[in-house]
Amino acid sequence: MAIGRTTGGAAIPDRVVGRRLDAERALAQAGLAVFAVFLYVFLVWPMAQVLWRSLLDNDGRVIGLANYVRYFRTPAIAASITNSLLVSAVAMILTVALAFVYAYALTRTRMPGRTVFRLVAVLPIFAPSLVSAIAFVYAFGNNGIVTRYTGVNVGIYGARGIVLAEVFYCFPHAMLILVAALSAADARLYDAAAALGASRVKTFLTVTLPGVKYGLMSACFVVFTLVITDFGVPKVVGGKFSVMATEIYNQVIGQQNFTMGATVSVVLLIPAVLACAIDRLVQRRQYALVSSAARPLQPGRGRLAGALLFGYCGLIGAGIVGIYLVIVASSVVTRWPYNLTLTLKHYRFDSAGGYTALLNSLGVATLTAVVGTVVTFVGAYLVEKYRTRASGPLAMLALLPVSVPGMVLGLAYIFAFNAPGSVLNRLYGTLAILVVSNLVHYFTVPFLTATTTLKQMDAEFENVSASLGVPFYRTFWRVTVPMALPSIVGISMYFFLNAMVTLSAVVFLVAPGTELAAVAVLLLDDAGESAQATAMSVLIIASGLLVRLAYWAVLRGVTRRTQAWTAATQPPGRG
Amino acid sequence: MPDARPAAVALEGIAKKFGAVVALRDVSLAVAEGEFVCFLGPSGCGKTTLLRIVAGLERQNAGVVRMAGRDVTGLPPGQRNYGIVFQSYALFPNLTVARNVAYGLRARRRGAREIEARVAELLALVRLEAHAHRYPAQLSGGEQQRVALARALAPAPALLLLDEPLSALDARVRLALRHEMKALQRRLGITTIMVTHDQEEALTMADRIVVMNHGVVEQVGTPAQIYSEPSSLFVARFVGHMNLLDAVAEGRPGWARVGPLVLRHRGTPATAPGATVTLGIRPEEIGVGPAAREAENRVSARVTSAQFQGAFTRLLLQPVGAAGPPLECDVAAGALGELDLEEGAELPVTLRADALRVLASRPAAS
Repeated sequence: MAIGRTTGGAAIPDRVVGRRLDAERALAQAGLAVFAVFLYVFLVWPMAQVLWRSLLDNDGRVIGLANYVRYFRTPAIAASITNSLLVSAVAMILTVALAFVYAYALTRTRMPGRTVFRLVAVLPIFAPSLVSAIAFVYAFGNNGIVTRYTGVNVGIYGARGIVLAEVFYCFPHAMLILVAALSAADARLYDAAAALGASRVKTFLTVTLPGVKYGLMSACFVVFTLVITDFGVPKVVGGKFSVMATEIYNQVIGQQNFTMGATVSVVLLIPAVLACAIDRLVQRRQYALVSSAARPLQPGRGRLAGALLFGYCGLIGAGIVGIYLVIVASSVVTRWPYNLTLTLKHYRFDSAGGYTALLNSLGVATLTAVVGTVVTFVGAYLVEKYRTRASGPLAMLALLPVSVPGMVLGLAYIFAFNAPGSVLNRLYGTLAILVVSNLVHYFTVPFLTATTTLKQMDAEFENVSASLGVPFYRTFWRVTVPMALPSIVGISMYFFLNAMVTLSAVVFLVAPGTELAAVAVLLLDDAGESAQATAMSVLIIASGLLVRLAYWAVLRGVTRRTQAWTAATQPPGRG
Repeated sequence: MPDARPAAVALEGIAKKFGAVVALRDVSLAVAEGEFVCFLGPSGCGKTTLLRIVAGLERQNAGVVRMAGRDVTGLPPGQRNYGIVFQSYALFPNLTVARNVAYGLRARRRGAREIEARVAELLALVRLEAHAHRYPAQLSGGEQQRVALARALAPAPALLLLDEPLSALDARVRLALRHEMKALQRRLGITTIMVTHDQEEALTMADRIVVMNHGVVEQVGTPAQIYSEPSSLFVARFVGHMNLLDAVAEGRPGWARVGPLVLRHRGTPATAPGATVTLGIRPEEIGVGPAAREAENRVSARVTSAQFQGAFTRLLLQPVGAAGPPLECDVAAGALGELDLEEGAELPVTLRADALRVLASRPAAS
């Protein structure tokens, strides 16, 4: 009898009954279609171009894998692979180790000044990666201030310099991930360990480390990806030490060998995609690690450990502030380090066409923030709420950009939008293409943030409004957006800050009239105008900090306004 | 029911699959105007899917949905003219109570005055006038659910759909809200379909109950019918308590053998001699003590345990000489004193023939 119910399902048709296409559904589907076309035109198609070009010779004939064979057989170019892997691995280990102790001190002790230390450690995020390299040259280079006063030349040009500057640049990224992981501790486990008489070392090894292992792995993958895809640092201090990102630049800009550029790009994609894919898997587990019943851990008092860690954080913090001071100082003296009289002449940027680049950067960053926030949030909304057969593939596609190195994306845009006869050709050389490339380059994180925020909202909101005959876009505007405002503000800041400091994708796409500040830093440094380069860097950092401050104020306003309905507290005296 | 007016909601041959899993199979049903119907069943029986198909939030693979005679199968939710209340309330947290209630009215391009009056009217109906300018997070669960109800009723829909509206509330609030919602439904005379897995809720609130299991309708009937005449073993097990006895039909029609005992039962449906059948009797239908002494179907049973439950005491009775699980028997608090009750004592027990049902594992009519 029970069997009779499970068989005979064949009689039920596989398709659901049709529904009249109303204006509302048509609008949603049109929105999804626009989103899909956007991802196709600005992500899939250009990336396919890179893959395709790597199989052609420079005259456009298909030569199969010959480019790859040549790449691996030419020692000078092939070395870039091992070089890239080497500096990335070393920088990853150093950064994560340093950041772990720092994050541990911030979260698990009550040492004084934790807020200040936290703010100081985030500073490097506001500067393009190459700025840290320039600062390290000022400090440790052949004519660096440290070199001059101590007489010790650490040999900054090459692998050592790359690793040093990358550690500085990646430190905040690793620290933020580890702080989050270390904050999510369950005090009950520590109580149990203490009750069982475990020593501090044993508790650390059996409770603390396993608790943050996914955070540690995630930090490793993020740093590895940042380093292996970074272009600015090796460009400035790499010297003859070639890595893949600079190799792409050399092939494309130096030798006009686009197919070899494409070949190196494809090879660079492999470790980047792998690291990102593993990171996604690891992150998914991290969420399941701490149960909702967990009790937050109150940091203990250990005096000696506190003092030691305070000293450690002080040292790192002083290092970061020191590097920043070098940047600022070198930009306001006549000729670092020989003539230290104060001057503002470097801020005239006479070798870089004045303030055009900075204004362009601010404009592009603002547009990226506005357009990027709209595209990612509306896109995530449509993908999440309007389940269609396209939702799965679109969500997968949205994960792709995070694993595409900026150099590869930039080259892809050259192939896609600098091809004669293409309709989209007129995008090339405009500010618009810079906005779009930033948007795609930094697409994944905001998209995931938006998706997570939307998932946390009651799925019945849309159903209730549908039943009341209210179109979805009105509910989107009146309920979804106000509720997601904090995360929307966060997304736009993420876009703005990254657009201000990015170099790798846009370095291929700037044209006369559309120079950007970060690219100007590179060109000024290349031209030997280091003081102007640091002056430009100071302005990039300052505008980033200012915007960060403004966002912070906005967010406080938003929080205050939404407090009435987010507070779950019930008024007293209710029956 | 050959009524001149068409049913408020008519479902014809509804079937739904999720991939290879069949959620609903050939469900047909009519809900009369002003009726309060409950879809009752265990989780996964398809009751919520059926409600969402009525609402147009889910699309069926086959079948037709009609409302007041109009085929609405192809219409989006907004054009079907119903209000819905979800278990999660789904109140818009950033809008005040008044704005939540007004939400569906604005879309209908009513004037500001009219909206304000209607909101006040609805808030008075659910007794929340004082909370009009609060946010949902500042209200209790029961109050939030009343706001959700007011919001669903505000545009004066022809149909009210309730998806487990009381499940998220604690027991006392649930009980109070049960009566309030039922009274409100009576007063407004609005056709209502409620989904629930709580049989008590269904029995107290519904005019008619649709018992569902594994995507098919097991039985449709008034609460009294469902309780006293369960048409299948599943319904008997799911609604209320029922003692089930494995029996073999005797040659004499209307009689069956349970172990050493030969008992007379209701007689319908007819059973072939020698066939195995299940007999069912509710705990409160078993007679004990002096009253049972002279009655038919008399059995001697040993009291294995007595659980005090307040208004009644539940006895576990093991018929002497019979194997199988003990019978559950409820004795009202007032009648308890007449019994000389202690665990281990032997009592005369009667299983009244008119209470002994013959149950099939599937509805008899299929």
